[in-house]
Amino acid sequence: MGKGILGRKVGMTQVFDEGGNAVPVTVIQAGPCHVVQLRTVDRDGYEAVQLGFQDRPRRLASRSERGHVAQLESKRQKARAAAGVASSAKAGCEPKRWIRELRGPVEGYQVGQEIAVDTLAEVAAVDVTGVSIGRGYAGPMRRHNFSGQRASHGVKKVHRHPGGTGCSAFPSRVMKGTKMAGRLGGSRVTARNLKVVRVDLEHNLLLVRGAVPGPTGAFVVVRETNKVG
Amino acid sequence: MDQKLIELVESVHHRKEPLQFAVGDLVDVHTKIMEGDKERIQIYSGTVISRSGSRGREMFTVRRIVAGEGVERKFPVHSPRIDKIVVKRSSVVRRAKLFFLRDRVGKSVRLKERREKTVEK
Repeated sequence: MGKGILGRKVGMTQVFDEGGNAVPVTVIQAGPCHVVQLRTVDRDGYEAVQLGFQDRPRRLASRSERGHVAQLESKRQKARAAAGVASSAKAGCEPKRWIRELRGPVEGYQVGQEIAVDTLAEVAAVDVTGVSIGRGYAGPMRRHNFSGQRASHGVKKVHRHPGGTGCSAFPSRVMKGTKMAGRLGGSRVTARNLKVVRVDLEHNLLLVRGAVPGPTGAFVVVRETNKVG
Repeated sequence: MDQKLIELVESVHHRKEPLQFAVGDLVDVHTKIMEGDKERIQIYSGTVISRSGSRGREMFTVRRIVAGEGVERKFPVHSPRIDKIVVKRSSVVRRAKLFFLRDRVGKSVRLKERREKTVEK
């Protein structure tokens, strides 16, 4: 796994840099995360580090969620132990609210290890992945930045409409993928190459320059950017 | 919770001693500017016509007349580039935004001076 962590979007504000310029930043509450599981080529066919963020109260967590992070006493477990089957390593932490896998080599990571924001302290820029704000059924102007039609000059009741969507007798149909009104937002979006402005280990805060997908309070994945240069 | 975290982030830049000035004041804003690699103080003086925003993002607008032309400059209150603000004169004003000054020229731009009631003895 490259350098990365799970977090929660707190909101936006501005800070001043050394030159006294105001910098727009998004505040992300990043970590601390536990390594919950390691994916290996032998067993899973790929390599990844599974991270868990924020605790889910035990009374709300399902049995499988609890069993994922700690060894549970069960008949099946005892039977397997008796048969000599080694159970997989458990993190031994509280059940997690949000679990995501970050692909990449697992060397240097152990199950149960805690990952804090300082993992990104030396990183210049990050990619932040989240689910964008859902905007429901949106028209072409909002969804595809169409220009709409004129306010006057004979335009009637179609000021925000797309206008023509196709050709004529040939091909007598609308091409697939033509931009039209429809569901907007609520999709997985990655904001790439956001500069890391500040890392606050004491409060688990990460400040990145610019906006991050999703509403305040949404979970986001922060990874070192894969953008070159 | 979130607001508290944001305030925490902003509080790093908060001034230890808040700038003391009000709308209607005639002020000298001492700004630090970089010339090459040297820093010097430039003074911008005028009337404060508005304060907007809150907390770490608060801004204020200073209006002055340069060569017969009205000039307005907006500063962040917590900008580290502002060295200090000297209040030269305070005025009696009855509103928070003095945008009506933009429409005025000459003598009518003047504001009535506010004198502190000195309670001595």
